[in-house]
Amino acid sequence: MEFGLSEDQRLMQDSVRRTLEKVSTLERVRVAADAKDAKANDIWHALVELGVPGLIIDEEFGGMGLKLLDAALIAEALGRFVSPVPFIASAVMAPVALAALGSAKQKEAWLPKLANGEAVAGVAISERSSGAREGSGVAASGGKLSGKALFVLDFAAADFYIVGDNAGGLHIVDAKAKGLTKVALTSIDLTRSLGELQFDKVDADALVSGDAKSGLQRVLDAGRVMLAADTLGAGWMMIDKAVEYAKERKQFGRVIGSFQAVKHMCAEMASEIEPGRSLVWYAAHAFDELPAEASLMAAHAKSYMGEVGRFVARTATEVHGGMGFTDLLGLHYWFKRIGLDRQLLGSPERVRADAAAMQDWGAR
Amino acid sequence: MDLSYSPQYEAFRAEVRAFLDKNKSKAPVSRGMMSAGSGTLAWQKLLIEHGYAARTIPKEYGGFGAEADILKSRIIAEEFTAAGAPMGLGGQGISMFVPTLLELGTEEQKKAFIEPTLMGELIWCQGYSEPGSGSDLASLQTKAHEDGDDFVINGQKIWTSTAKSAHMMFCLVRTEPDAPKHEGISYLIFSMDTPGIDVRPLTTMTGHAEFNEVFFTDVRVPKTQIVGGRGQGWFVANATLKHERGMLGDPNQAGARLREIVDLMHEETMDGERLIDNPLFRDRLVQLQSRVLAMQFHGLRLLTASSKGEDAGLARLIVKLQGCEINHQLAALAIDALGELGVLYGNSPHLRAHGSWQHRYMFDLGLIIGGGTAQIQKNIISERGLAMPREPKPAKA
Repeated sequence: MEFGLSEDQRLMQDSVRRTLEKVSTLERVRVAADAKDAKANDIWHALVELGVPGLIIDEEFGGMGLKLLDAALIAEALGRFVSPVPFIASAVMAPVALAALGSAKQKEAWLPKLANGEAVAGVAISERSSGAREGSGVAASGGKLSGKALFVLDFAAADFYIVGDNAGGLHIVDAKAKGLTKVALTSIDLTRSLGELQFDKVDADALVSGDAKSGLQRVLDAGRVMLAADTLGAGWMMIDKAVEYAKERKQFGRVIGSFQAVKHMCAEMASEIEPGRSLVWYAAHAFDELPAEASLMAAHAKSYMGEVGRFVARTATEVHGGMGFTDLLGLHYWFKRIGLDRQLLGSPERVRADAAAMQDWGAR
Repeated sequence: MDLSYSPQYEAFRAEVRAFLDKNKSKAPVSRGMMSAGSGTLAWQKLLIEHGYAARTIPKEYGGFGAEADILKSRIIAEEFTAAGAPMGLGGQGISMFVPTLLELGTEEQKKAFIEPTLMGELIWCQGYSEPGSGSDLASLQTKAHEDGDDFVINGQKIWTSTAKSAHMMFCLVRTEPDAPKHEGISYLIFSMDTPGIDVRPLTTMTGHAEFNEVFFTDVRVPKTQIVGGRGQGWFVANATLKHERGMLGDPNQAGARLREIVDLMHEETMDGERLIDNPLFRDRLVQLQSRVLAMQFHGLRLLTASSKGEDAGLARLIVKLQGCEINHQLAALAIDALGELGVLYGNSPHLRAHGSWQHRYMFDLGLIIGGGTAQIQKNIISERGLAMPREPKPAKA
């Protein structure tokens, strides 16, 4: 019985962290955000060097063949450095979709390119994960898609999309396909790209080599765990920054970190978020090894980190006082990253309703 | 990450199961540790003989004498819980005093006290807190002055659970009034039958007297009944407090409580609708389930760290704060879901679960305050876990 990370996992996370510390600095993030560039090429290339885009892709397709727990460690590091790179959809959800439901030909066409960083994938399953808004929805008929999909992840840089239809099927759609209109959406978080896809009888390549329902669920579970891990990383960075600030900032002749009012805010943040690490690890491990629990644990991880994330984001900002509220400090990049994580792929209320249904608790 | 147990541990699990299959019928029905009847004592003896209680206490002191193995301890707990069989005796004597004595007691003390304590023949109570010394325990004022071969104790303790039924007390007293506050305390042990001890029940908000006040008037205790040296009591007590915090905030207790609420929400109805079908209560239930699960997995993580001899640092410091809070919130959910039924208490008609949800809601607030208040826990977390500065000491007048 060993509940924890292996030496290899610690080393891998450490090397990604050290790389991001150098390349994904606040100054760099700021430049990318100002340009609405959610695929900062220098950061992306540094991650390609480390094999991050192919982390969970099988070795036969040029990936590293690692597990979702490994991906969660990377997501945590990316959240910590609010890195403007496609990861959750492109390096995790799309590979999971292709692995679960792709034919040999579909895998061969896309997995090697995703693994070596040549291609980026977006994922459009918001209608299935969070519910349709603004009349969104995609109808599939005779190999063509019509309608619209909102809140598409890793949107702008994508070479192709994994698109969920109204019946729960998944499709590959080329980003340059005829009849496809792309509309960028601007969210609070400029480190990640979000968009809308409008389909006018667009050619789609259905992913049908497997059970569609469980395949879609798997994509969703993986995404939820990644968002939880991203918040874990971003949240801890906010706590670290708050503690550091409180140890330097003086008022009334003392560092504010010596006031219990301030210390207790920091202690509360740390004690709320740290059990979330254990939950995220377990949820990722369940995805890899305990399929019967995977969906429920992904929902719990997403809900828990969504709630804790909001608490940490506001509290850490408050510890910084007026400075936390300014653009100068850049703390808001983390605040916004956490804010986006919370809403995507099912907000806390939504994932808790899912979690209840998975346990047959009550009528829907 | 590997949540399976190796064959060695699976074999041990099979052994525990076989023991329970064979012996479960001998287990006492009541789990009360204070009302240690003969059935309870016989069960305790049987558990010690097989290594399912007092497992790591050396044989010479009446224990089983096994190597510490945290995974085996967990397997025992899991299997006993699954079988619904009572675990070995707990209480402040076994959980706090015995480990302290093993660490810091004299050979004579170990020989005299550990075995009867383990066997449930000696019940202990803890004399730490005083009316004027709660969070600032080291400021305690109960005094013991030297007189011949004895210490003579005068003063008052409070929050002494089990003082009515206890045979013995381990107690902090000030023996060196002129020394700095942490260095003037000694750790004494004595019989509760000693003349001059007056125990008065302390009724709490629950309506029950779960605690007592203990008054000392010229209580004579032989000087040999000290653990650690004179003036060393604070350091001896800290060894004990460490064991107490480990007892509070157990995530498996929260898991059991959550399951009770799930059942309650399936059974109870409001306007004919089951509570589990009510989206508001259901949402709160799942939200708390996330927190309970997080703490259970967190417990596994700490277990792994302990088994490797690693210091889990901040991850360990948060357990009491989080665990007690979650338990309290679970009781609050049960009360809210029951609506007006949730306020019934005592022996009222329509009472649910013997009024235990309100009792737990109130008693758990006591646990949030006791054993180091939530605010003291936050000081510890921020100072030791996050390396934040201590509150500056006020300038001496």
